[in-house]
Amino acid sequence: MVFGYPPELREKIRIVEETREERLKQVMKRLSLEERDQLVRKYHPDYRSDTKRPVRIGANRGEIIYNEVVDLLEAWPAENPDDVDLTQIDYDVDLLIIGGGGAAAAAALWAIYSGVDPSNILIATKLRFGDANTVKAQGGIQAADRPNDSPARHFLDTFGGGHFANRPELVKALVRDAPFIIKWLEDLGVMFDKTGEGEMIENAGGGASRKRLHAARDYTGLEIMRVMRDEVWNYGVHIVEFQPAIELLTDPETGAVSGAILWNLETHEYRIARAKVTILATGGFGRLHLAGFPTTNHYGATADGVVMAYRVGAYLRDMDSAQFHPTGVAWPEAILGELITEKCRGLGAHLVNVEGKRFIRELEPRDVVASAIIRECSEGRGIITPTGKCGVWLDLPLIDIINGPGTIKRYLPAMYRQFKRQGIDITREPVLTYPTLHYQNGGVAIDPWTHVLNKEEEWIHGLLAAGEVTGGVHGKNRLMGNSLLDITVFGRRAGITAAKIIKETTTKPKLSLKHVEKYMAELEKLGVPRTRRAPRILPDYRGKHVVIRSLFIPY
Amino acid sequence: MAQVEVSKKVEPGLRGEGGEKKKFVTIYYMGKKYRVPAGLTVLKALEWAGYRFIRGVGCRGGFCGACAMAYRLPGEYKLRTGLACQTVVVDGMYIAVFPYLAVTKPRYNIEELKPEAGVVLKIFPEVSRCIECNACTKACPQGLEVMDAIQEILRGNLEKAADMVFDCLSCGLCSIRCPAEIRHAWVFQLVRRLYGKYIAPKAKHVEERVKEIEEGKYDEELDRLVELARKDIEALKKMYMERDIEK
Repeated sequence: MVFGYPPELREKIRIVEETREERLKQVMKRLSLEERDQLVRKYHPDYRSDTKRPVRIGANRGEIIYNEVVDLLEAWPAENPDDVDLTQIDYDVDLLIIGGGGAAAAAALWAIYSGVDPSNILIATKLRFGDANTVKAQGGIQAADRPNDSPARHFLDTFGGGHFANRPELVKALVRDAPFIIKWLEDLGVMFDKTGEGEMIENAGGGASRKRLHAARDYTGLEIMRVMRDEVWNYGVHIVEFQPAIELLTDPETGAVSGAILWNLETHEYRIARAKVTILATGGFGRLHLAGFPTTNHYGATADGVVMAYRVGAYLRDMDSAQFHPTGVAWPEAILGELITEKCRGLGAHLVNVEGKRFIRELEPRDVVASAIIRECSEGRGIITPTGKCGVWLDLPLIDIINGPGTIKRYLPAMYRQFKRQGIDITREPVLTYPTLHYQNGGVAIDPWTHVLNKEEEWIHGLLAAGEVTGGVHGKNRLMGNSLLDITVFGRRAGITAAKIIKETTTKPKLSLKHVEKYMAELEKLGVPRTRRAPRILPDYRGKHVVIRSLFIPY
Repeated sequence: MAQVEVSKKVEPGLRGEGGEKKKFVTIYYMGKKYRVPAGLTVLKALEWAGYRFIRGVGCRGGFCGACAMAYRLPGEYKLRTGLACQTVVVDGMYIAVFPYLAVTKPRYNIEELKPEAGVVLKIFPEVSRCIECNACTKACPQGLEVMDAIQEILRGNLEKAADMVFDCLSCGLCSIRCPAEIRHAWVFQLVRRLYGKYIAPKAKHVEERVKEIEEGKYDEELDRLVELARKDIEALKKMYMERDIEK
């Protein structure tokens, strides 16, 4: 069994230790926009010619999107519309929320605060309520609430980090609501890291010009999720787990979204949900393993929301970009691709190549740092791992050296544990890191009150969306700490908007799969093979030796 | 067993690269024997062996607590517990991954509660049945001092208890070992919320900033930035590059 570093790596760790003192004196220069651009263009997977292609169907026809996503957009529905009986309605509610992460929880709570009866809300989710990327967010949540900071500064940081491609009114909503969200979470009982006087301990993050990352150790997302989830449970909202949506339903006359087909993952029974408003909060696409990368994402992150929204005419933004977190685990194999939080770099950890040298200012935006790591590896300055991969060092012991002994165990317990279980003590040893697929920067286009938009920027009635499934908030690259903020700010706005629509809607919508039939006619014209189906519910990691010998036998 | 080529469909982490010779170990999943590559977690090894999970898997990174499992190592009498996504396979280990643990959560209104041990005991009376056997602590995959935290609650020290169990993943392993039938995960959830809401000092600077924003203090500046973003990106880029960065 592999446990801890083998001798050949111990040898290389010595170089990291010997150069530590010298590196601590070094100040890394900020890159200019031109330098950033050059680096990213040369090394980031977003700019590789083989990772993307134009999509041939739907609102984004002709636009460049990652291959793995195009495969799902140019795909037949999972169900055959003729097999589905829409006359038997199993759930007839005001509000249907699809997804079980932070955006879904925030939307449910704010819909309730805004007057929607909890018994008239249905949350349908693929795994358990709370099994989402939210619980894996470690480092923190941004909000400009210190005296030397301002929402305008947060706007500028977010916009620049996103390569100036963000939708400005969404960024305004994000930064303006941020302090309120922190206050709300504090009032719900979220245990943020604070001083004895109650002042938030705020950390630095890549691309942020002020220290504004509010954390709860390195379990920030878990803490926020479980508190919101506890509150949703307390209200008695009806939650169906292991029963994801596989298709949206539309009113045949107006084209407005009127519910969804849900599918019981275990019994394979489909169920029909009718709703006055549907909120998509299905999260991102990490489990599609874009460009062959490992991912930090949870098991259900398969872009199903994007696929369903696209079939009702939603426009997708910035799906040509994906966020590769600079510091994924490169070794040991058991935890390959898992996240090493940016908080580590925020607390002073250096990125170091095989020669013991720093090669980038560690707090540049994520795409820039990821590109620099890929450059080091492709130019032979990386470290080859025992499994033949490449990585660079993240010098974690520096955190205790800079901030005092005990900092790692107190503020990075998840990181400490993750490596300790593999025989590595991060208070004494550096770790090997390489970029990992982390976040869906783009997604379904929305306006500031979360209405889903078509290509003409008109509302798709009945459909709202919040969180990672949406695009525009982060442009082409999200900053650390802006995703937990995204799900809470826009989850809240979705809940408020839903309540408003529900109040104004007196009639029950009609159900059809007309939009799917239309989409299928287009697929037919394109000659898409019938075997290609979407949405994909879960990834398939079975060994090939098993798959090639499996027989399907009715029993 | 012969070395088998692994397909592209497999999680990239499982591909044998660099031509290294894969080492194998034998594991018993629900009593069935499989040869799997060494160095993998139980979760990845079982997938490699041909399983597709719906239950007993979630975040895959040690945060959600969905993959609670029990296992025995060869030659040991001990029933060990862990997370399938964090535990590396060991030759000869017997494994069961729990699909679900029936640890139900009572409902309450946090606004009506006081941060007192009595409140916790009223909602979870079973906490007072703790016999200090420490089985919970031994079962915790996070290495938390679970029993001590329960005892802190009984002593009325909610602050200490909240701090001790902050890293709880609510996997439920402690509860299925507990002879007092304590629903630890939800007891701890309540304690943490009571602490966070009522005991921890409030962040006044956040409240002040919220007030400033509601009074419209930043609206003009934000609207100007939105305007620039629409009409004069170059000016915005200049502002971005010239902004100072806090050391």
